[in-house]
Amino acid sequence: MTATLYGLTGAALVGIGLYGLIVRRHALRRLLAFNLLGSGVFLLFGAVAERAGPGGDPVPHAMIITGIVVALAATALGVALVLHLARETGRAEPDPPEG
Amino acid sequence: MPPVAAPEAGFPWIVLAILLPLAGMVAALPLGRHARALALLLIPAGLVVALLLAAQVWREGEVTYALGGWTPPLGIALRADGFSAVMVVTTAVVLLGVALFAQSSFRAPPGEETRAALLFWALLLGLWGALNAAFLGNDLFNLYVALELLTLAAVPMASLEARAETLAAALRYLFFALAGSVLYLLGAVLLYGAYGTLDITLLAERAGPEPVTWAAAALMTAGLLAKTALFPLHLWLPPAHAGAPAAASAVLSALVVKASFFLVLRLWFDALPGVMTAAAGQLLAALGAGAILFGSVLALHQVRMKLLVAYSTVAQLGYLFLMVPLAGGGGAAQPWDAGAWSGGVLHAVSHAFAKAAMFLAAGLFLRAAGHDRIAELRGMGAALPMVTLAFGLAGLSLLGLPPSGGFIAKWLLLTTAMASGQWWWALVMFAGGLLAAGYVFRALTPLLARTETPVLPGRPVPRHQQWAVLGLALCSVALGVAPLMPFALLQVGRPEAAEEGIG
Amino acid sequence: MTALWLLDLCLVAVILAVALSAVAARDLFAATVFFVAYGLLIALAWVRLDAVDVALAEAAIGAGLTGVLLLGVTARVHMEARTPGPGRGMRLAIGAGCAAVSVALAAAVLSLPVPAPSLVPAVEAAIPATGLGNPVTAVLLAFRGYDTLLETLVLLLALLGVWSLAPDRLWGGRPGLRHRARPEGTLAWLGRLLPPIGLLVGVYVFWIGSDQPGGAFQAGTILAAVWLLAIMAGLSDAPPVRSLALRLVLVAGPVVFLGIGTAGLFVAGAFLGYPPAAAKTLIVTVEAALTLSIAATLALLVAGAPERAP
Repeated sequence: MTATLYGLTGAALVGIGLYGLIVRRHALRRLLAFNLLGSGVFLLFGAVAERAGPGGDPVPHAMIITGIVVALAATALGVALVLHLARETGRAEPDPPEG
Repeated sequence: MPPVAAPEAGFPWIVLAILLPLAGMVAALPLGRHARALALLLIPAGLVVALLLAAQVWREGEVTYALGGWTPPLGIALRADGFSAVMVVTTAVVLLGVALFAQSSFRAPPGEETRAALLFWALLLGLWGALNAAFLGNDLFNLYVALELLTLAAVPMASLEARAETLAAALRYLFFALAGSVLYLLGAVLLYGAYGTLDITLLAERAGPEPVTWAAAALMTAGLLAKTALFPLHLWLPPAHAGAPAAASAVLSALVVKASFFLVLRLWFDALPGVMTAAAGQLLAALGAGAILFGSVLALHQVRMKLLVAYSTVAQLGYLFLMVPLAGGGGAAQPWDAGAWSGGVLHAVSHAFAKAAMFLAAGLFLRAAGHDRIAELRGMGAALPMVTLAFGLAGLSLLGLPPSGGFIAKWLLLTTAMASGQWWWALVMFAGGLLAAGYVFRALTPLLARTETPVLPGRPVPRHQQWAVLGLALCSVALGVAPLMPFALLQVGRPEAAEEGIG
Repeated sequence: MTALWLLDLCLVAVILAVALSAVAARDLFAATVFFVAYGLLIALAWVRLDAVDVALAEAAIGAGLTGVLLLGVTARVHMEARTPGPGRGMRLAIGAGCAAVSVALAAAVLSLPVPAPSLVPAVEAAIPATGLGNPVTAVLLAFRGYDTLLETLVLLLALLGVWSLAPDRLWGGRPGLRHRARPEGTLAWLGRLLPPIGLLVGVYVFWIGSDQPGGAFQAGTILAAVWLLAIMAGLSDAPPVRSLALRLVLVAGPVVFLGIGTAGLFVAGAFLGYPPAAAKTLIVTVEAALTLSIAATLALLVAGAPERAP
């Protein structure tokens, strides 16, 4: 029951994150949306683990920790790129100006 | 389950193929200014390891290795079949050419450490390890980590020159790559939920045609296509590949996009062969056809040489996906049993050599002329005959003219298209060939033009760089002359679906 | 039971509302604040899902470090996006598409098989050979140690990528701006007070990780936070990236992991294998080295590219 509820929440978060990633133009807003999207995927995975019974399946738990660390690494690179792009161009979006 | 199961006999070359470059990347950081020397030592050694692995696969068949002795589904297995061995060897050969080319461009003054010199070699070693991890992994989650490793090595390579436009291109590349990995991971999560394993071999036994599996396959395929830059998800590729330093462009365009393509095939043919339908295969090929036509037309319209080469990558990647509906025909007792499979793989390999050569050649024209505006490169052919020859030879392979690896590859795809009655793909390939002729000749014409006064390179172009370019171009031609060895190797562990088709 | 169920429903509702706000907020700063709040709430969700290890990681990394990274850059990149986003109609269409993805995923979640396939029995059967009590640590360091090895290399590559953005003339220098907190200020006070406590907590979380929730990644993150706090309070300075000592600390974890993994070839018959008698000692050694390297890597990832000449 708990597992299903959080699984559905993960599914909803994926949609929210995906929307932000596509619609937003500011690179930091996109990075933020990417983190929401990733977090939705992890929550869904956590729900899958919880379905295994009390205590949950430790294998997905370990994979989620790996995923969280990888997402942080990617976010850090993204943030550094945005910072330098903004310094070079005064813009914080990677798309060409005319849209 | 025994804690330690002895892995299969034989030396674990498969482990060493991944370990050697990754250990090199780790060592490069404290070694600092000696990172270049380390890389130049490890890359030839890695080629030897790759060849020994290929020989092992050839002699003993598929090689599998349970890491830590923990067998799947609890542990992670590595697996090398003929296809992975071919890709690992191709990677090592291309890297050898690129390293030979780059050893003078990414070299710090004696006794000093510079940013580009250290990071280029460290990133190159990391990228190489990530590629081998992707070609040899047999666990879908582990492949996710390998893909992220690849992304985090490739994106900084694209922005190594840290100019405004390369920063923007790298950031866009990062977004596409990250979105792709997340979708891939989401599909993997669904597969774990449904079958309790992410081991490719076990999934092939357990997964059936059900809605969950279709959803997972669709998500994973979409994610991998974004990373492969298949039309219409190609927007990030041309600026990222064209803006990188020549040696980095060569690696990104020749190898990095092939890793996610490789995983599409792993997913469709090895992990979920009973799940994919013929209609899905046609859809994938339709996107490939779009890439061929759209990418070629855009390549025709480019003013700058590096962008032309980058758009040609968008087009050539399309051919790879035509093999999905064409694979098969084993059941129909055709003489070219699994010909499309061999053709597609051969195309991936010969394009890797040809594209690496083209990007490096474009880099040398840029260096000699100080710009890469195609129309203003008149007479460069006389100034750099060896590089122009290499560009032309690589172009031959892209066009699919004999003798070249590209010719055999496209011929195999074409014959299977006709034999299986899917003539529309043959039409696309024919049109793609004509368009490729257009853009290759558009690039070559000014180079070969006669000028009143001989053109002298603005900056001297070292001999060894010219040899590296020619060597890579000759590899792509040689595949057309002696393709039999890789063909036989490809048979090892070839998925059944490659012979019987999908759906 | 019903009370917990109600709690779950409330938590889920708040999580979704905060996530929506983080995407919908007009202002970048507000969006980031919503995101940090979201990370803390999600950590609660992980506790409810019996995943305390993940809850710790999510709170420390997901909300904590990612939040610091985003907040830090928000202060420096204040410009708004200039390219117009998609128009109203297009946004509706994209929203509908994303909602369809969510609905399809929800259907997939509801259609997962009962009983759920899982690796719980396999982990229970194999864990005695590792000498560990925490199954998550056993998966991370033994059964799927190869994932973890690659993951530490992902962190290292990300750091190289961040450093690659430094201008050539600043190569080898110190990252980030120097922080000078007022000696009487709150930050300096916190900077003196918290590091010893944080250090203790970090070492504790590492130490219990073999048997209780915790481990190298959570402990490394806590230690990274301690170091960052000390830097921000002006008590310490970020080291120059050319420092050999720093580089050795950064690679210590991967080197020890690779070394013990390779030794496994000879003593346990497989790369990344452990002989059962020495498994726990070896795993704790790997974890100790990893904790050190992870702490340094994470802190420097937040500190950014070199910005001061060597």
